[in-house]
Amino acid sequence: MRSGKWFHVSVVFLVLVYLFVPLLATFLYSIATDWYRTILPEGFTLAWYRDLLLDPRFVDAAGRTIFVCTAAILISVAVMVPTIFLVTVYFPKWERLLQALTMLPYAVPGVVAAVALIRMYSDGPLVLAGTVWLLIGAYFVSILPFMYQGIRNSLRTIDAIRLTDAAELLGASKWQAFRLVVLPNILPGVIVSILLSFSMLFGEFVLANLLIGGHYELLQVYLMRRMSESGHLSSAIVVAYFVLILIMSGMVLKFSRSAKGAKL
Amino acid sequence: MKSIRRNRLLLLFLLPFALLVLGFELLPLVGMTVDSLHDGDTGQWSWVQYATALGSKFYLQALQNSVLISFCSSLVGILVAIVAAYSITRLSPGTRDIILMLSNMTSNFAGVPLAFAYMILLGNNGIFTLLLHKWGWDVFASFNLYSWIGLTLVYVYFQIPLAILLLYPAYYGIQRQWKEAALLLGASPLRFWLHIGIPVILPGVVGTFSILFANAMGAYATAYALVGSNYNLLAVRIGALVSGDVVSQPQLASALAVILAVTMVGAMWINERMMRRVRRDLQ
Repeated sequence: MRSGKWFHVSVVFLVLVYLFVPLLATFLYSIATDWYRTILPEGFTLAWYRDLLLDPRFVDAAGRTIFVCTAAILISVAVMVPTIFLVTVYFPKWERLLQALTMLPYAVPGVVAAVALIRMYSDGPLVLAGTVWLLIGAYFVSILPFMYQGIRNSLRTIDAIRLTDAAELLGASKWQAFRLVVLPNILPGVIVSILLSFSMLFGEFVLANLLIGGHYELLQVYLMRRMSESGHLSSAIVVAYFVLILIMSGMVLKFSRSAKGAKL
Repeated sequence: MKSIRRNRLLLLFLLPFALLVLGFELLPLVGMTVDSLHDGDTGQWSWVQYATALGSKFYLQALQNSVLISFCSSLVGILVAIVAAYSITRLSPGTRDIILMLSNMTSNFAGVPLAFAYMILLGNNGIFTLLLHKWGWDVFASFNLYSWIGLTLVYVYFQIPLAILLLYPAYYGIQRQWKEAALLLGASPLRFWLHIGIPVILPGVVGTFSILFANAMGAYATAYALVGSNYNLLAVRIGALVSGDVVSQPQLASALAVILAVTMVGAMWINERMMRRVRRDLQ
């Protein structure tokens, strides 16, 4: 029994090492002065991070990424929270349809979506090809699965149907029931969805590159272009990106715990 | 009567969702499918795009390469996850949560950053390349990151955390008491897994495999960042037809995109059929 335990610990340890070696190497590379002749870096420096922060192209790209992601997520929250709430509570027979529509993006890879979107918006009544609006629309669609699952699960956890019924019986209007009773209770779940969507969109490259790559450079596209010029600078970007993911994962863990706690 | 009218009013709030989904999800996909069924020159309905795509050695090879790399990387990924996910379930709950969080975190490590990290590790001047050279292990001298085997290796990396994430819950179907009961009734651990354990997790394994396969089929950024257009994959070929914000040969690009989507959905469908069969045999 004891040896079995050690076996499992070593398996998990090996897998974690395997998963973290590339990250560790990237981190070392980002603080190394020169590292192509020797096994270990020849020296350490923080200059690459300084260069990165002083590069106006990086600051611009980061700003654009934050803008596009925030816009897509804000629209998504504003649209999806009421939609999922209304369908769950008042139009339950449409639930299957809603689920199918929100899960479809899982089955559509980025390149396919990009071809479909460019084709549709390059002529016709609404020309959006090459604008940031097309990207925001595409991002709205690609985070639908996260938003749906997160919000739907929290509504199920708090038993939104009975909660709304109770609120309405006690004289609340539909709007009051939603805003004062349901919304505060599903907030942790919504925040988890937002964080998951952020970490997914920050790493998104396909749509960013194919839809507006050239004239509106996002972080991932910037990273791709700098890769061949300066490896150290690129690894600094990757490390910064990962620190962000780490912070968000920690927050997801914290909020999903409090979301679970709300059930009790 | 009044409540019905009120509910109708509520429908107005569903309008933004309907418009956005129609505009950015459904209509583009329908339009693309319709496009793929047209002859680019005459504008007539025709299968010519599919004939071109599947008749050309170039695109056929891209499809074959995509299927092969997706299959191999998914197979390795699922095999590792079967062992690793089980081992994770045997740890204490606190450790388990942390391990799962770390593993989920690395599942964000894909695409351009991942390709870059592998260049640092195994590229021409990579750490391991130098290390192995120094130790004189020239067996690996012929290893080339920018080839099929290198690309597969990188694909395996992003498959493993996803596979663990998806497969992990399947092990919760196996309850401790079952194992104890089986052991008490005289079954060896091997027989327990053969007759109870594996049949219980098999649907999870098959389902996870199909998602991994689809994930690899659709992957574009990793391959693009690592080998550019040099390695012939279907997703890379489709991306190459998009330049700037224009699609050159839009009908052909649409047909290729439909073929990619059909392959993915097809794999999922086959897996679902297999899963049903497995389950029927069980009953």
